[in-house]
Amino acid sequence: MGLDFSVIPKYIDIILLGCAWTIGITVAAAILSFAGGIVFAVIALYAPWLIRQPFRFFEWLFMGTPLLLQLFLIYFGLVQIGIDLPAFVAGIIGLGLHFAVYNSELIQTAILSVDKGQMEAARTLGLSRTEALRKVVVPQAVRAVIPPIGNNMIALLKDSALVSVIGVSELTLSAQRAIGATYRPFEFYLLAAACYYVINLAMEWVQRKIERRISISR
Amino acid sequence: MTDQTNFVEIRHAQKSFGTLEVLKDISLSVERGQIVGIIGSSGSGKSTLLRAINDLDPLTGGEVWLDGVQVNQALSHRQYEKHINQMRQQVGMVFQHFNLFPHMTARENVTMAPKMLKGLSQAEADKLAEEQLDKVGMLERIDYYPSQLSGGQKQRVAIARALAMKPKLMLFDEATSALDPELVEEVNHVMRKLAEEHMTMIIVTHEMDFAASVCDRVLFMDQGVVVEEGPPSLLFTNPTQTRTREFLRKHLEGAK
Ligand SMILES: Nc1ncnc2c1ncn2[C@@H]1O[C@H](COP(=O)(O)OP(=O)(O)OP(=O)(O)O)[C@@H](O)[C@H]1O
Ligand SMILES: [Mg+2]
Repeated sequence: MGLDFSVIPKYIDIILLGCAWTIGITVAAAILSFAGGIVFAVIALYAPWLIRQPFRFFEWLFMGTPLLLQLFLIYFGLVQIGIDLPAFVAGIIGLGLHFAVYNSELIQTAILSVDKGQMEAARTLGLSRTEALRKVVVPQAVRAVIPPIGNNMIALLKDSALVSVIGVSELTLSAQRAIGATYRPFEFYLLAAACYYVINLAMEWVQRKIERRISISR
Repeated sequence: MTDQTNFVEIRHAQKSFGTLEVLKDISLSVERGQIVGIIGSSGSGKSTLLRAINDLDPLTGGEVWLDGVQVNQALSHRQYEKHINQMRQQVGMVFQHFNLFPHMTARENVTMAPKMLKGLSQAEADKLAEEQLDKVGMLERIDYYPSQLSGGQKQRVAIARALAMKPKLMLFDEATSALDPELVEEVNHVMRKLAEEHMTMIIVTHEMDFAASVCDRVLFMDQGVVVEEGPPSLLFTNPTQTRTREFLRKHLEGAK
């Protein structure tokens, strides 16, 4: 039985709905990972020892263990201590925190490589260290890491398929459902791949737009 | 304190970086409206002294006073932070490499601190930015980013940024050293204008002609001490110390 793409139209809404979930989860997790990355970077560099130490453990947990395990931990584990999250929320949090830790590494390096004169100029005007970090140093660091963070976000999109294991009907799981009904794995997996590719292109386009916008202010 | 302090007063300033003693018992006072130049060879401690005045490089010994208030007083960490931020608002500083904030336009560079620290409204801030940028001849570039400006233009915006805090004292650390020769004059021009307005200034410079023309007093520093000081008419033409003569002679040769 060769390839037969004529089965696709009947299941196209499942696939499109899956696309919508994938986009939604990716965007939400990307925002969380970006904001979280900034907060984590500042904690890792400037928080008092008492906060930094437990934070190290948290960082290790998210960098040193499989994302799959982290998703299980958040979705199934937290229920035991009374936190019952909807699957898609657990997915967003898991993906978001996982990539926040990676973004944080990038942002930390960028913060440390902002010219020392920037902090000095801000302090000279009378800003406190915290104010200077917030208004002067961190915004510059964030601008500097937009390209590598963009790469992390592409990785995030691909890893969003993992949330299918906790039952979120995102693109990959939707494709599997369509395959279950039609026994046409090749067609639907190819279709899903094409969808990922298009979302990927859209993300790269957004990233290029952002980069162009900030290039003048670096 | 019972004794009278000058507008700016440095008493027995001592600074070491580890075992390296960079400032050795320097005392200096500056009257309100006075313009003091500091010259000296590289590594003599000029920047360190200047940066001690607003505590960017805290002294390891001695006192700095500004307008009757001790800058480097012994306070608890928290109180000291408050105090020093307050003091720094009164002291403008201009750096060799401008240190403009690259992610902000000229307007934002000028208004960020006043908005944050003095609670200016956007309208007040805009007015302030226009005023200050006009003063340094940069009004038409008000919405440009630093990356779109030449070195001389950047430095003029940096001066406007410092002036926007309405400081009592301005510190210049080789404000023109990083500039192409043809851009030096536009910055010097702005500094001369400040001199005419009787802004109190301490100017570290390698430009002897400029120092001679704007400063009321010039200090020659070498190896962490003030070797000689006096009005430029005397110091440049008739120095009493051998080290000063040596320095000026070398400098003249270098300039040729
Ligand atoms: N943060 C620092 N740590 C260690 N040594 C320092 C530090 N800052 C300055 N120094 C040293 O202190 C000495 C005086 O430096 P300073 O920058 O005050 O000299 P300067 O007179 O301004 O020189 P230049 O004309 O090159 O700017 C130099 O030997 C320098 O290496
Ligand atoms: Mg210097």
